Amino acid sequence: MKCDVILAGVGGQGVLSLSTVIAAGALKQGLHVKQSEVHGMAQRGGAVVAHLRLADHPVASALIPRGTADLIVSVEPLEGLRYLEYLGPQGALLTSIEPMVNIPDYPELPTLLAALRTSSRVHLVDTGELARRAGSARAANMVMVGAAVHWLPVTPAILEAYIREAFARKGDTVVQANLRAFRLGMEVMECARS
Amino acid sequence: MPPAVAAEKPRAQEMVLLGDEAVARAAIDAGVSAAYAYPGTPATEILEYVLRHSGRFGRPHAAWCANEKTAYEEALGVSMVGRRALVCMKHVGLNVAADPFINSAIVAIGGGLVVAVADDPSMHSSQNEQDSRFYADFARVMCLEPADQQQAYDMTREAFDISERFGIPVVVRLVTRLAHSRAVVRAAEARSENALAKPAARDSWVLLPSNARRLWKRLLEVQPQMRELSESSDHNRLDLRGKSGGAGVITAGIARTYFEESVSELDPRPSHLHVGTYPAPADKIRQLARHVRRILVLEDGYPFLERQLLGILAPALEIHGRMSGHLPAAGELDPDIVRRALSLPRSEGASLPHPRLPARPPQLCAGCPHGDSFAALAKALSGYEHALVTSDIGCYTLGALPPYSAIESCVCMGASIGMAKGAAEAGLFPVVAVIGDSTFLHSGVTPLMDVVAAGADVTVLILDNEVVAMTGAQPTLLPTGRFGAMAQALGVAPEHVHVIEAHPRRVDDMAAVLRREIEHHGPSVVVATRECIEAAKRRKAAAR
Repeated sequence: MKCDVILAGVGGQGVLSLSTVIAAGALKQGLHVKQSEVHGMAQRGGAVVAHLRLADHPVASALIPRGTADLIVSVEPLEGLRYLEYLGPQGALLTSIEPMVNIPDYPELPTLLAALRTSSRVHLVDTGELARRAGSARAANMVMVGAAVHWLPVTPAILEAYIREAFARKGDTVVQANLRAFRLGMEVMECARS
Repeated sequence: MPPAVAAEKPRAQEMVLLGDEAVARAAIDAGVSAAYAYPGTPATEILEYVLRHSGRFGRPHAAWCANEKTAYEEALGVSMVGRRALVCMKHVGLNVAADPFINSAIVAIGGGLVVAVADDPSMHSSQNEQDSRFYADFARVMCLEPADQQQAYDMTREAFDISERFGIPVVVRLVTRLAHSRAVVRAAEARSENALAKPAARDSWVLLPSNARRLWKRLLEVQPQMRELSESSDHNRLDLRGKSGGAGVITAGIARTYFEESVSELDPRPSHLHVGTYPAPADKIRQLARHVRRILVLEDGYPFLERQLLGILAPALEIHGRMSGHLPAAGELDPDIVRRALSLPRSEGASLPHPRLPARPPQLCAGCPHGDSFAALAKALSGYEHALVTSDIGCYTLGALPPYSAIESCVCMGASIGMAKGAAEAGLFPVVAVIGDSTFLHSGVTPLMDVVAAGADVTVLILDNEVVAMTGAQPTLLPTGRFGAMAQALGVAPEHVHVIEAHPRRVDDMAAVLRREIEHHGPSVVVATRECIEAAKRRKAAAR
């Protein structure tokens, strides 16, 4: 069993921490994990991508070969399209529909979303709305973790335990908002995966 | 989905570490007494890990330094008195530290001295992709090149022992993808620090020509022992397959992980030699060469081994690699490039009809003080037909891109000031050098000395945002507010030294000051100050 995940977004959107949550869950589950990150210059508002490889056997390369990823998780719709060449034949693309417009030539959002909707392997998540319902706009990435859980070899219980642990320092309100965000993301993708 | 394997509790000595952090952890466990560095992607996280550790436990000593040369020399001092030292840098940092590095190969190293260098093939965050294995070879010392995080740990531990055994500094070479990827690392039992011990013979550290000639001979004499160590090292594994006359593969460092990714698809499986230590295990390479008809060399960075295999006279067998065109001449390796070189099919990936995807290059943060300085500079320079703005390395290098298009050079740390002087002396007017606070301390002070001594017509704009921003907001070595005094101490006339806030409401003021100083035909220094917006955010978050 292996699950190769590409995580995409824009520097400052928390792509690395998103990757870390899933990696930590997978480790608790006893899986082998390799996680490749981008640091330094690229983080300054540029396109950011992380490779996360989970398996029940040792993982050699930290980078995922093209055309073999099981899942792309993008916290931004334009960035979701950028790494399609990595997606395997059975793979899914899970992307937030919240655009991060920090470049002058950003495409029209409806055009972008229409392109994404042409494939049954693409699943759109309204992270903004769900995070607001969870009680914290900053919990958008936890919505994505929840949505992704259906494709991950990690149980929701293990991820929830990690979310509690990771946010404990910030108090119970923050913990609860992130747990709600996680569950809302999970709910909204329930049908997509089944 | 049910758990694929039973959950197991990680053992106490197992940690999830970046390649960088594995080097740091290994140094700590090897009983290192001090670690020094200047921040630089992709090596920054090595010292950051040691700093966090020493913050908690009080040992080892760890510190950021003015530049890689001072960092190296401080580590060398630790080694001289018998204790173990780690010095870390990015590949181009070794250019700065090359003087002490090359010469320290000749002295009789006392406590283990390990030089952890992170190369950046594909230039994710660098101005070139130079390969540090050449430096180790140039200095005639050993270089260990880990393939994964566990080896980064194991080899760093070993590097300290080799350093003490041969009395040489030992290089541990990482590449970006190893430095910045995480995996589980199993740590070995920690060792205690060395006792203080001054060198037994004073003349083994005084490189007067008479001593240097003797010590150089000693270094040449231990070369066969280094080669012997490589021949017998478990890191260099030879796996001969099938009858002779088949295909062979040599992997070096991280390239092994890309090879392993695909090797099960190869039938017949090629013979394989992995190289993790240098000088390369020549006998093992010859053994492989006797068994195969052609060799594919997979190495990240320059064709270091491939060149050695090719030599000048045509070799008896085919050598495939970056020089033969079987691999790209530039850029890092990845699993796909290696697949192609192994003649394996490439998976297609998904495609959707979609609008053109615009690139999203890195950019200055909204509200960045550099933006205000660039706005002021543009105003100050308006109307001049031939103005030149040289610049340097840091976040502000992004000022080369639109919408600022404010700077015209970025070559190496500190070059902005010396290049400005040269351009002014060649006859160009006006010339402004734009340099960050930490880059100025790293390598800008000495060229400013040249500017002052020559009375050159250069205006230096120091962007003081109080931190080393690009690499993650490490503190600038000296507290903010010293630059005006430093410029004056170097001899810039006080009336031509200005400190001004970089702020949207002060743009016009700064432009006027800059314009005045540009019109002054002699050295001038303008310091634009405001804390990095990202650092300010972090500071406030930490205070909450």
